[in-house]
Amino acid sequence: MSTGPIQQLLPHRVLLALMLSLLAVTAPHVLHLPPWLSTVLLVCGGWRYLAGSRGWRLPNRWLLLLLTVIGAAGVIAHYGTFIGRDAGVAMLCLMLGLKLLEMRTRRDTVVVLYLGYFLIVTQFLYSQNLLMAAWLLLTVWALTALLITVNRATTPDNWFPHAGPAATLLAQALPLMLVLFVLFPRIPGPLWGMPEDEARGVTGLSDSMTMGSISELSQSDAVAFRVEFDDEPPPPALRYWRGPVLPEYDGRTWRQAERPDDAPPATERLGGEVGYSVTLEPHNRNWIFALDLPVQISIPVSVSGEYALERRSAVRERIRYDVRSALNYRLDPMLRDADPENYLRVPDDHHPRTRALVDDWVSSIDDEEALVNQALNHFREQPFEYTLRPPRLDGDTVDQFLFDSQRGFCEHFAGAFAVMMRMADIPARVVTGYLGGEINPTGNYMIVRQSDAHAWVELWHEGQGWQRVDPTAWVSPDRIDLGLGGAVPEGDNPPALSRRTPSWGRTLALQWDALNAYWDRWVLAYGPDMQRRLMDRLGLGDWQRMILVLTGLMLLSLALLAVLILWRRPARPPDPVQQDWLRFCKRMADAGLPRGVSEGPRDYADRLIRERPDLAAQIDAIARLYLHLRYTERGSTQQAQALRTQIARFRPRTQRTQT
Amino acid sequence: MAVTALFRRMGNRWLDRRLGPPVQRTRLAYRRIFILPSRAGLMFAALLVVIWLGAVNYSNSMAFLLCFLLLGISMLAMLHTFRNLAGLRVQAEPARPVFAGDEARFPIRLDNPDRRERAALRLRRRTGTPVILDVPPGSDIRAHLAMPTDRRGWQRLDQFLIESIFPTGLFTAWSWLRLETRCLVYPAPEAGPVPEPEGAGSAATGKRLREGDDDFYGLRRYQAGDSLRQVAWRTIARGQELQTKQFTGHGADSTWLDWDSLPELGVEQRLSRLCRWVLDAEDARRPYGLRLPGQVIAPDFGAEHRDRCLRALALYSA
Repeated sequence: MSTGPIQQLLPHRVLLALMLSLLAVTAPHVLHLPPWLSTVLLVCGGWRYLAGSRGWRLPNRWLLLLLTVIGAAGVIAHYGTFIGRDAGVAMLCLMLGLKLLEMRTRRDTVVVLYLGYFLIVTQFLYSQNLLMAAWLLLTVWALTALLITVNRATTPDNWFPHAGPAATLLAQALPLMLVLFVLFPRIPGPLWGMPEDEARGVTGLSDSMTMGSISELSQSDAVAFRVEFDDEPPPPALRYWRGPVLPEYDGRTWRQAERPDDAPPATERLGGEVGYSVTLEPHNRNWIFALDLPVQISIPVSVSGEYALERRSAVRERIRYDVRSALNYRLDPMLRDADPENYLRVPDDHHPRTRALVDDWVSSIDDEEALVNQALNHFREQPFEYTLRPPRLDGDTVDQFLFDSQRGFCEHFAGAFAVMMRMADIPARVVTGYLGGEINPTGNYMIVRQSDAHAWVELWHEGQGWQRVDPTAWVSPDRIDLGLGGAVPEGDNPPALSRRTPSWGRTLALQWDALNAYWDRWVLAYGPDMQRRLMDRLGLGDWQRMILVLTGLMLLSLALLAVLILWRRPARPPDPVQQDWLRFCKRMADAGLPRGVSEGPRDYADRLIRERPDLAAQIDAIARLYLHLRYTERGSTQQAQALRTQIARFRPRTQRTQT
Repeated sequence: MAVTALFRRMGNRWLDRRLGPPVQRTRLAYRRIFILPSRAGLMFAALLVVIWLGAVNYSNSMAFLLCFLLLGISMLAMLHTFRNLAGLRVQAEPARPVFAGDEARFPIRLDNPDRRERAALRLRRRTGTPVILDVPPGSDIRAHLAMPTDRRGWQRLDQFLIESIFPTGLFTAWSWLRLETRCLVYPAPEAGPVPEPEGAGSAATGKRLREGDDDFYGLRRYQAGDSLRQVAWRTIARGQELQTKQFTGHGADSTWLDWDSLPELGVEQRLSRLCRWVLDAEDARRPYGLRLPGQVIAPDFGAEHRDRCLRALALYSA
């Protein structure tokens, strides 16, 4: 196996640029690759680099095959599969590394570059923020510059001369990209199943609630959704974003009802309507969040018997929808068809101490409203504490919370309160969602984060329907006004952005979020729905017309770009010495002795001397001066000046008449 | 097999019609240039399809962005590749004569009048190795197309191809050209020991003339083709017209290289032998004349004389 051609394939600096570009392409992947694979990748790159620069030997075919088998086995051992997002990316990275080890021809290099392009796209399965957009442009630019370098058979020893043309190509491609992005017909995905690991790392509410489940979620600063209000946002006390409703209780866990085919309950709007748009981050569940109580929504959703909004498919991409909510409403005043029993169920053998307490209340109070207040006041009178770090409860959670620990997060208060209400024969259910939201002054929209996750209770009263009661607000009114960061004790370490105290870093974070919000709203959320709405607004409703416009716009942009690209500008005027020489040639041509097409300066001068012996001395002097200036490095400005004056004085036509 | 041959013939005939009669110089106009995706380009298209499918499946906007960006780049790559050829001026230059069996080298001048470089152009004939070169902006460059020769006479340059995959390698642009240019092919000089020409026996073994032994015997008016070394520069300086110095070798009898002295050989062998004799005599700087049926070249020597004789041999027809 000879190393010669390997070293000649790519000049040292091109090879270095290739390795650095691939490093830039794979760098973000290192975050989710197993460390051993990152190491393998680095070793492969280093090996190939040394093969090119120091003449190291590349592995032969058998060793390579062995490495492939071991690597693939490693990936399968680590992920249990080699399909799906994480394992797929790992396999691609492995392939890239091994392909580097057999990069012996120009074609191999092209394959490596294509793999690089493909690895860029896989990164977007993990993150799509604005930084990634910059990274996309940068890496595509670097890979394209290398592609140009590699495809130039007369390769110069550097890639740098092609960085400019690559940037030009990229800049010219941007308008085409925009046209295609907006108008190319979008098909709703997914085309094939999404493996489980897609959901990993996506935070959001779950379909059940146990003590501790929401406080865990609240540790995250991640954005749940962003909201723009048509007018003023509602006051903080009314910013309850309704999510999954949990009426089923088994003594420990609150769950969604298993009656999916229930018709939506009757509602009455009692005024206080607000309109707003929500850009919802993917959370891999079907729920759609809206302010209590949504009455109108721009996307198709189903409304459950508990009045929870759900989409048909899970929200796996960022979506955007417009909603109108009635802040004053009456929900299901007749509690139709269902018997209230569903909302009174508490397993008999649970929470004996709580039951005793409630029985005690019930025996002395017979007014429902007074009972509710009694329970709420109980939270306020007893030393209950609202904390993000409640103690772990192992036994009877409600009894332990109410009588022993008395420290809890929203789910503790909501869960315990709902249990008490049910014991008092008041229909109750737990509603989860988000409470609050922070207005970002840059961009004037509201950010709702996972740290705003919340649980509250709805109680049903005859004739009034379901009414929201938030026991947490009784314990900690700050939770509503100041958000999580202002409500929990300092030592709880709430996520940084949930604190509303102004700071330099926080302002910057909010501005960055505003930028990303625009990016999310106009670029990332642009999918089949948004495209259809935009096309309707533009009057391009049916897809044939859309394709027609797409084709037309593409042809137009291409035609404009073609003019720009194919516009043939004459070469730059040559240097002054060359211009003087051309003037000399012109004079001789006027005198009847044009320069031959392929005649060099010396040959031309010799011929002129033969044809015009009368001018021999002048011609010879001019030619020698010109050749000296042009083809040696030693020409001085005085000599250039001398050439100019000599040629200026040179008059072949008049001189002929003199002789 | 027969079908592909038929197609190739049809293709050639079509190309012939399209190329038109050979010209001496031409410009690569738009309609002369063909462009198609290369194999790497098809691979790239497959890559784009895969990225697009992924983008649809994961409803991933940035994957769409990348897909469309790369699609845009590849569309533009077509224009850039096309531009790399369009407007290039191509001109055939006179080829230096060669002996039969040697490679004729046709100089092709590529002239780039534009401000942009034309990089990595490949010139090749239907067969044979390609020549790869760059033409810097506003300048010209010579490529030499080699073509094997097997018989004396004029050899034309057959059609050839200028192609380019620059800049991205996704497309191949090419243009077939047929230029009016020909190369004079001298007969192959006979190899090995050959008999001396008649009447040269003594001279051949006798003293050979070396440079400096020549006697100057006069001036004559300069004629096109005279060696520049023999131009009488001093007379120019005196303001007289261009003159050529004439020399004669002393004591050298001129030799006649005679067609009729070789009756035992066939036509080509005779020409081969004569060719060898011309070269030997020239080597020995011995005046020689050439006698062919219907053509006589008076004794002389020197590069021009030799070329005249060789040309007569090359173009001899019975």
